[in-house]
Amino acid sequence: MNLYDLTIHQAHQLLKNREISSIELTKAVLERSAQVEKKVRALVTITEELALSEAEKADKRISDGDFTPLTGIPALVKDNMCTKGIRTTCSSKMLENFIPPYDATVVEKLREAGMVLMGKTNMDEFAMGSSTENSALFITHNPWGLDRVPGGSSGGSAVAVATGEALYALGSDTGGSIRQPAGFCSVVGFKPTYGRVSRYGLVAFASSLDQIGPLTKDVTDSALVMNVIASYDARDSTSVNYPVPDYTKSLVPDLHGLRLGIPREYFVEGMEKGVEEVMRTAIAKLKELGATVEEVSLPHTKYALAAYYIIAPSEAMANLARYDGVKYGFSFQETESMWDALEKTRQFGFGPEVKRRIILGTYALSAGYYDAYYLKAQKVRTLIRREFEDAFERFDAVVTPTSPTVPFKIGEKVDDPLQMYLSDVCTLPINIAGIPGLSIPAGFADGLPVGMQVIGKPFSEETLLRIGFAYEQATGWGERKPPL
Amino acid sequence: MDYETTVGLEVHAQLLTKSKMFCRCSADYADAAPNTHVCPVCLGMPGVLPVINQRAVEYVVMTALALNCTIPEYCKFDRKNYPYPDLMKGYQISQYDAPLGVRGRLDIEVEGQKKRIGITRVHLEEDVAKLTHRSIPGEGSYSLVDVNRAGVPLMEVVSEPDMHSPEEARQYLMKLRTILQFLGVSSGNMEEGSFRCDANISIRPFGSTDSGVKVEVKNMNSFRAVYHALEYEEQRQRRVIEERGRLVQETRGWVEEGGVTVSQRSKEYAHDYRYFPEPDLPPITCSRQWVEEIRSRLPELPDARQDRLMAQYGLSHYDASLLTTSKAMADYSEACVKLNAEVQVEKRAKAVSNWISGEFTRLLHATDIQISDSKVSPEHLVEMLDLIDEGTLSGAAAKTVFEEMFHSGKRAKEIIAEEGLTQISDAEEMKEIVARVVAANAQAVADFKKGKEAALTFLVGQVMRQTKGRANPTVVNKLLKEKLEESA
Repeated sequence: MNLYDLTIHQAHQLLKNREISSIELTKAVLERSAQVEKKVRALVTITEELALSEAEKADKRISDGDFTPLTGIPALVKDNMCTKGIRTTCSSKMLENFIPPYDATVVEKLREAGMVLMGKTNMDEFAMGSSTENSALFITHNPWGLDRVPGGSSGGSAVAVATGEALYALGSDTGGSIRQPAGFCSVVGFKPTYGRVSRYGLVAFASSLDQIGPLTKDVTDSALVMNVIASYDARDSTSVNYPVPDYTKSLVPDLHGLRLGIPREYFVEGMEKGVEEVMRTAIAKLKELGATVEEVSLPHTKYALAAYYIIAPSEAMANLARYDGVKYGFSFQETESMWDALEKTRQFGFGPEVKRRIILGTYALSAGYYDAYYLKAQKVRTLIRREFEDAFERFDAVVTPTSPTVPFKIGEKVDDPLQMYLSDVCTLPINIAGIPGLSIPAGFADGLPVGMQVIGKPFSEETLLRIGFAYEQATGWGERKPPL
Repeated sequence: MDYETTVGLEVHAQLLTKSKMFCRCSADYADAAPNTHVCPVCLGMPGVLPVINQRAVEYVVMTALALNCTIPEYCKFDRKNYPYPDLMKGYQISQYDAPLGVRGRLDIEVEGQKKRIGITRVHLEEDVAKLTHRSIPGEGSYSLVDVNRAGVPLMEVVSEPDMHSPEEARQYLMKLRTILQFLGVSSGNMEEGSFRCDANISIRPFGSTDSGVKVEVKNMNSFRAVYHALEYEEQRQRRVIEERGRLVQETRGWVEEGGVTVSQRSKEYAHDYRYFPEPDLPPITCSRQWVEEIRSRLPELPDARQDRLMAQYGLSHYDASLLTTSKAMADYSEACVKLNAEVQVEKRAKAVSNWISGEFTRLLHATDIQISDSKVSPEHLVEMLDLIDEGTLSGAAAKTVFEEMFHSGKRAKEIIAEEGLTQISDAEEMKEIVARVVAANAQAVADFKKGKEAALTFLVGQVMRQTKGRANPTVVNKLLKEKLEESA
């Protein structure tokens, strides 16, 4: 077996037993990167020197007996989480040369745990997109079909984990940005409950929807990363002070006693036949594992997309207002007036999708439109949240496909924003409701990955991990490697 | 035609918290070099999040309670969106439709008449950075940004349009400032910009139900400026109406040098702030218990203190109101009265009041010093008053002594000894001086004899001058009369 194909828990065993060193592991991963990167282009920044010096420190910690399951493990961070001294671009011209003076809370925590940071991953600009084609830097390719998109916006993180450019990666998820690319690349992607992981240092897209989570090779690794990043953070007033369990304790390969709901509205029109077939098989497997499965209706689902595209752009409009060329980042200066400089900075600094959403948000909040758009969308949000609450009275979790399609062709949807937005139709209601969602590899349709999404009530991360773990142990879909 | 003026005021007061509104940076940036009180949060770096300063919320609730506001149980912050380089995030965290205090009132007194001014709301927001505009001849202009001020807690108090003259507006402002100072929540310094005021003013013919055209006036950096700007606006608006011109709803800036207001922008270009609830901050729940706890901790406020000074020390309404224009002054005067328990309280209180509101205030204003920073401590002032009471120092000489105390910080006894200012009580010495003055002022003596009483006052003044105020005026009066009658 190649070292870069190891999971975190496998590598940890080897490191602990001194069968390998972190330096060896890190070098293997760096070599793997050098090999695959020209095909997939998942990474915006590679921090080779830093990685090697951190690996050296990790080896020292391990020999001193002062280590955690993540010590010495090579990892990548999506390029919208601040890393002190390492540029954080959000895959935007606007921040192409921005070097943060501080670490995001999650980065700080992972560093303390002994992470070996390999670099930063490509994404849709400011996390706005579902294919990573909106990166202003370059396009990332799906390793399961290089002419296909890896999903987005955490496309770089998903690809990097799928190809062995890191053992795990962090992503952020505002409407499906961890789960959808995880599904497209056949890795495990976890969006925790809103407030479970600190957002401090995550460059904001839509503050009430954004959440950080892990992309990993298997469910056990997801639990291991969650053990470190889940926490209350006094610097994030929306983080919740709720006890953090040891998530690995929930990894039981058995689903007896669990009631699962299958919402009919998530088997939408436009869903690909192949995806539906994979899902039917997967649901049968869940039953086999002991779960009771029943259909459920979540009728307000159909309004989620509309509500999302009011709320997210409204918040984004404000969150992106700070990029004015005065304090940091891209600055257009060949001009006479301050207002002209401000306009040109934003005209040339932002890409078309970002501008589209700023305009959407500006419009939705304008005088005279607020009640009809923003306020109405918030009401829909409440209805969707309640609908899920009701469903969770009867079910321990709800199971859906992660996306209605398999990875689509690069260029296929770039000119049709509505089609692109529909790619997140199964994932964004979960952000709207603020609840956790786990995407796990569910199988393949015509050789392309299909993801299964497991959704639970707030802070039911353990239940979701248990379901994911049982399914994974029974099927092993995630063990297949892309043909690179 | 007679017109009625209507004024509403919006006051912004920086709060005296240790740290800024949403980060840990020190809020006391007064003497700091530019951009030294900054961190990723108040600089609006990508990825940062705000954390509410609990003390700032308490200060606003205290103020709202002092202004008899209702404190809603549900309050929240909102984002106010507008682009400007002094706004680090491109939006200001403020409060839009759920402020910390609503529907209060403030009582003022104008020309002996009590007046009640409604308070619409009290809310909390963050201050913005300070811009300095520079221009180099031939090269163009540029602006400097100092972020020290950005994120300092700022409280906004909005009044109802209940004031009807510039004087009422001035009284309202002074009273509000005094309350903030008594609460200890703001320094209330208008010149330094920690207490700012924008005014909305309109006029209409008396009896008219038409509300008139509202003009917002900005850039007023002192109480005087507010008074003069409103006075100017009243007259300007009247002129426009009488010349059959069209008043426009607009924002005008007060130009101190010219004594005029100048149009800044008309309402057509008004911002659409696109307010929406701040998603980074949970709503604030003001539990009844917490509000009552804060209410119970409120200090004595100016009106209550004024009443107490009158009841406890027998001060007149006028004196008590003067002494309660600032907390420092009220504290100072009470400290003085309490220092010497042997003197009759009411007499001493009156003397203290006279000195503080007279000579002391004059010197404080002239030197721009706060009473609490003065070199004259209550002990020093009381020592001087005791010297006057025991006859060692005349009232007139005391003025000279006090001025010296004020500037040098020396004690009255020292100054008296150094300058020989002990009151002349030796009758022979006095008689000699009186005789000299009578001899040297034949004209005044003649006038007095013709029945001009004013001539006597003049002669008394001459004696006081000769003695550098060391003479006792009552004694001088008596001796002069004797001397004049004797020579008659």
